[in-house]
Amino acid sequence: MSAINATTESLSEILSGDDVVLASKESPAAASRARRTPLLETESGKRVIEGAVNLVKAAFPPLLGILFFVALWALVANTNKSIPGPVETWGAAVVLFSDPFYNNGPNDMGIGWNILNSLYRVGLGFGAAAIIGIPLGFMIGRFQFLNQMMSPIISILRPVSPLAWLPIGLLVLQKAEPASIWVIFISSIWPMVLNTAAGVQRIPQDYLNVARVLNLSEFKVFTKILFPAVLPYVLTGVRLAIGVAWLVIVAAEMLTGGVGIGFWVWDEWNNLNVAHIIIAIFVVGIVGLLLEQLLMLIAKRFSYD
Amino acid sequence: MQSYVQIENASMVFSTKKGKFTALTDINLNVDQGEFIALIGHSGCGKSTLLNLVAGLLDATDGVLLLANKEIKGPGPERSVVFQNHSLLPWLTAFENVYLAVEKVFGDKETKAQLKARTHAALELVGLTHASAKLPGEISGGMKQRVGIARALAMEPKVLLMDEPFGALDALTRAHLQDELMKIVAATKSTVIMVTHDVDEAVLLSDRIVMMTNGPAATIGEILSVDLPRPRERLALAHDPQYHELRSQVLEFLYSRQMRPKEAA
Repeated sequence: MSAINATTESLSEILSGDDVVLASKESPAAASRARRTPLLETESGKRVIEGAVNLVKAAFPPLLGILFFVALWALVANTNKSIPGPVETWGAAVVLFSDPFYNNGPNDMGIGWNILNSLYRVGLGFGAAAIIGIPLGFMIGRFQFLNQMMSPIISILRPVSPLAWLPIGLLVLQKAEPASIWVIFISSIWPMVLNTAAGVQRIPQDYLNVARVLNLSEFKVFTKILFPAVLPYVLTGVRLAIGVAWLVIVAAEMLTGGVGIGFWVWDEWNNLNVAHIIIAIFVVGIVGLLLEQLLMLIAKRFSYD
Repeated sequence: MQSYVQIENASMVFSTKKGKFTALTDINLNVDQGEFIALIGHSGCGKSTLLNLVAGLLDATDGVLLLANKEIKGPGPERSVVFQNHSLLPWLTAFENVYLAVEKVFGDKETKAQLKARTHAALELVGLTHASAKLPGEISGGMKQRVGIARALAMEPKVLLMDEPFGALDALTRAHLQDELMKIVAATKSTVIMVTHDVDEAVLLSDRIVMMTNGPAATIGEILSVDLPRPRERLALAHDPQYHELRSQVLEFLYSRQMRPKEAA
């Protein structure tokens, strides 16, 4: 993270280029002097070089990694003709993303619609899990009795593979759509419950002592101490949960069908369009990364360490 | 005349996994209004436990604690505490940290403007007006501790309790804050009970030094009156024979009669 920040700073320094403008506005004598010194030896020139060097230094390892990955992919594609190589996949992706929102009926919709539908399901299931899981976590953390009561249930249910809940969902809810939302709900609730509870239990005794000495009301204790102290833990739980939810939606949609990125993968498998499957893998990965980064950004805002 | 803070036969027994642990026994102490008391002793002697009893954060197993003839039951803002590690809420600014306390104590009787004025006054008292909008993470350790003192003082407590308030600070900052505390206490005429493990701090600041024996079952070993005239000057005291005499009496108690538990064993 810090390396990336450093390069953006140096980049903005380069882009602002105040010194360059100043240099050109100077008197003719100074300008001629500047002309005599080679450009790269002036102050601003040196800074441009330094910034560029930093940028390359920071970007080199990740770029090398990606290059290595693509090369490996090309190699595999070369030896196994059924797998499309990077160039072929890129071509297919350009075609696919040039019209992401076409709609030829429920079985043939653009990639954009599929992504949005998956995000919608994740949003519903995950949102419901947050609404129930976070308060539940608070209560479990605050009341030892409830903690002991819920502990065996959570311990048993948490390791269950999310898809094992799908038949129950289909049975009770009778429809594929709510069943896949239910799977998202049940799989993303645990990280939020557990992290929130851990956060409540780990509130420094000092803060609670402050509350006791001040005789704060329960409302003030919650708003001024409990909630802000636990918020970073809650956000960690939310971040883990959204990761799980996005992981699970692909699998759930493969089983339930409908419009969504998971079903799309399955559909393209049936069409034997492997390039699209590879594109879907990248799309799922990138969307997951974006979701996580978004929540990291929010979490950073509420971190006081 | 009755003493302001009265501790009679107080004892504290903790129930631990290994059975009962007697931390304090037979504590008898009277503190007058406006007096500055230092509690000193080796680590583990229960001096913080005694402070917590007065604060009401712990309930004495036995005995009675009174403040202005009223029994101490549970913590309350009339016995405000300056904690060792400042205990500021990191999501509130210096101003908001103090305001939270002020609002709680005076919120029923005073307008918002009055509450804000009180908060500003408290921060001004500790010389932090310029940092009032800063979060605790943005200011130095010494400044945080000053906000903690401002918060405690702003509540206009009957007794100010301080638990090694300067223990985590470097020597220079500590000396500076000790000088400021002396001025503030002189100006506000506060009654103070302060836990410390610093002999110089105890002699410099207090009217009486309560020296505790080693735990378990610690009690008050000796009480030393510090008759040095006020206001006290750190530099002048460095050459004062009476200061050195008092200092060596405390050291004598701590290192000759109350060996460190480890060394004694």
